[in-house]
Amino acid sequence: MSIKLENISYTYMQGTPFERNALDDVSVTIEKGEFVAIIGHTGSGKSTLVQHLNGLLKPSTGKAFINDVDLDGKGDEVKKAKHSVGMVFQYPEHQIFAETVYEDIAFGPRNKGFSEEEVEKLVKDAMSFVHLDYEEFAQKSPFNLSGGQMRRVAIAGVVAMAPDYLVLDEPSAGLDPMARDVIFEEIINLYKKRDIGVVLVTHSMEEAVRYANRLLVVSDGKIILDDAPKEIFKNHSQKLLDVSMDIPQVFKLAESLRQKGLTLSEDIIDAKSLVAEIKKQRGIK
Amino acid sequence: MLTDITLGQYYPGNSFVHRLDPRTKIIVAFLFIIGTFIATDAITYGMLIGFVALIIGISRLPMSLVVKSIKPLWIILILTLLIHMFTGQGENVIFSWRFLKVTQEGLELGVKMSLRLILLLVVSSILTFTTSPIVLTDGIEALLRPFRSIGVPAHELAMMMTIALRFIPTLLGETDRIMKAQTARGADFNEGNIIKRAKNLLPILIPLFISAFRRADELAVAMEARCYRGGEGRTRMHQLVYKKIDTVAFISTGILLIAIIVVRWGNDLCGLLN
Repeated sequence: MSIKLENISYTYMQGTPFERNALDDVSVTIEKGEFVAIIGHTGSGKSTLVQHLNGLLKPSTGKAFINDVDLDGKGDEVKKAKHSVGMVFQYPEHQIFAETVYEDIAFGPRNKGFSEEEVEKLVKDAMSFVHLDYEEFAQKSPFNLSGGQMRRVAIAGVVAMAPDYLVLDEPSAGLDPMARDVIFEEIINLYKKRDIGVVLVTHSMEEAVRYANRLLVVSDGKIILDDAPKEIFKNHSQKLLDVSMDIPQVFKLAESLRQKGLTLSEDIIDAKSLVAEIKKQRGIK
Repeated sequence: MLTDITLGQYYPGNSFVHRLDPRTKIIVAFLFIIGTFIATDAITYGMLIGFVALIIGISRLPMSLVVKSIKPLWIILILTLLIHMFTGQGENVIFSWRFLKVTQEGLELGVKMSLRLILLLVVSSILTFTTSPIVLTDGIEALLRPFRSIGVPAHELAMMMTIALRFIPTLLGETDRIMKAQTARGADFNEGNIIKRAKNLLPILIPLFISAFRRADELAVAMEARCYRGGEGRTRMHQLVYKKIDTVAFISTGILLIAIIVVRWGNDLCGLLN
């Protein structure tokens, strides 16, 4: 079970004076059960890359497979394969259209051909995943909700399709830190409970480190680094700086503390774990 | 993809045509259009085509771009040709099969009409290819200003047009995004009968309208926050000034128009004078 991209290149507006290469010979395999973060600057090609993961864009050259089904083909098998990848776009609340929260979340599963009873169960499950109370919200109009709630409705609409893989394009953009944490907690929960593959597009190193177990760094339409986040920070910090990205502050601080003679474990991923580690070292409670 | 549409897209450059005053370009395009309606025979059409070819040449627009601007209307062009071909009245039948017959007159008329459409399309495309939308609306506003005394809200019209033009690519991009999002949720836009298809469009149209209204609202707030109160007493950063090249453009277009008129009505005019 995996999504596989083989030598994919993609050119926008091919054959016009505005032609632009967005992806250049990219090959990558994403297994079910992985939590992959894709990081890169605006215009690096990361959004273009993820749109190939469920066949929304047709590669100019190269091939894309989901669970060994070639996405270039036609027929029910290809459709099914594409539907096994749930896609949450940037500002997903802008795609909400139905009169009630229930109807909007049910749109995906209905298209997938589930019966009404199954749809109801899927909607209920999806809503509980994103912490929206079914009794309270199901019959409300989604347009009267707050921004954070609307985003959760939109994410629930994708989760309700019971995808094997979930692709999220900057799911925290434009949210306050609290709402951001809640969204990520929900995604992590989903990842652990359903054992799906998650692909998270972000430009925040902090987010990438905290949640992902694999990090792809995209620059200029190419994947330049592909490894566990900690390994990348340890071995390739110069390469990150070359594409004007930086390793998280906490890692820098931990590194300079080590140089000053403090022995810190390698598992530090954020400020909290650094504080805990120092306290442990110093015997402070 | 939707965002690949080129009609009305500015093609940056610094040619003679690019540097012309927008007012000149609009008037020249207008005169040219009058010319296409006067033209009737091979000679006058030849002059028009030659003039357009000359403009394309000195504007240094790639031919592929010009051809692409005709593409959206090719069905209408072919229909025009076919309808005139098969319904044209005339004596000289070239081809007939059962109830279908093609006359030479009909064929000529069809070719002429299609040519006229192509010329109109190409000239207006050249206008928008060589003039950025902002400059273009500046030109329209300047040309409409004399009519303000009879109640034409020149500035407001120009502002509305600027905003509308500005939002075409934005809304196209938005449509593309929403379509992809709904496709990813299993929506199929090419399935079922007409009613079903129309219904399938709702998941695109509703978010699109909502986003258009949201953007309009945000833009209105942003404009008011910068003290926009309409055209009264506004000065502008770029003043429009007629230059020597504008005179050149006017004179050459004038010559073209007069030549066309002379070819068409020359004999009548001579008759009148005698």
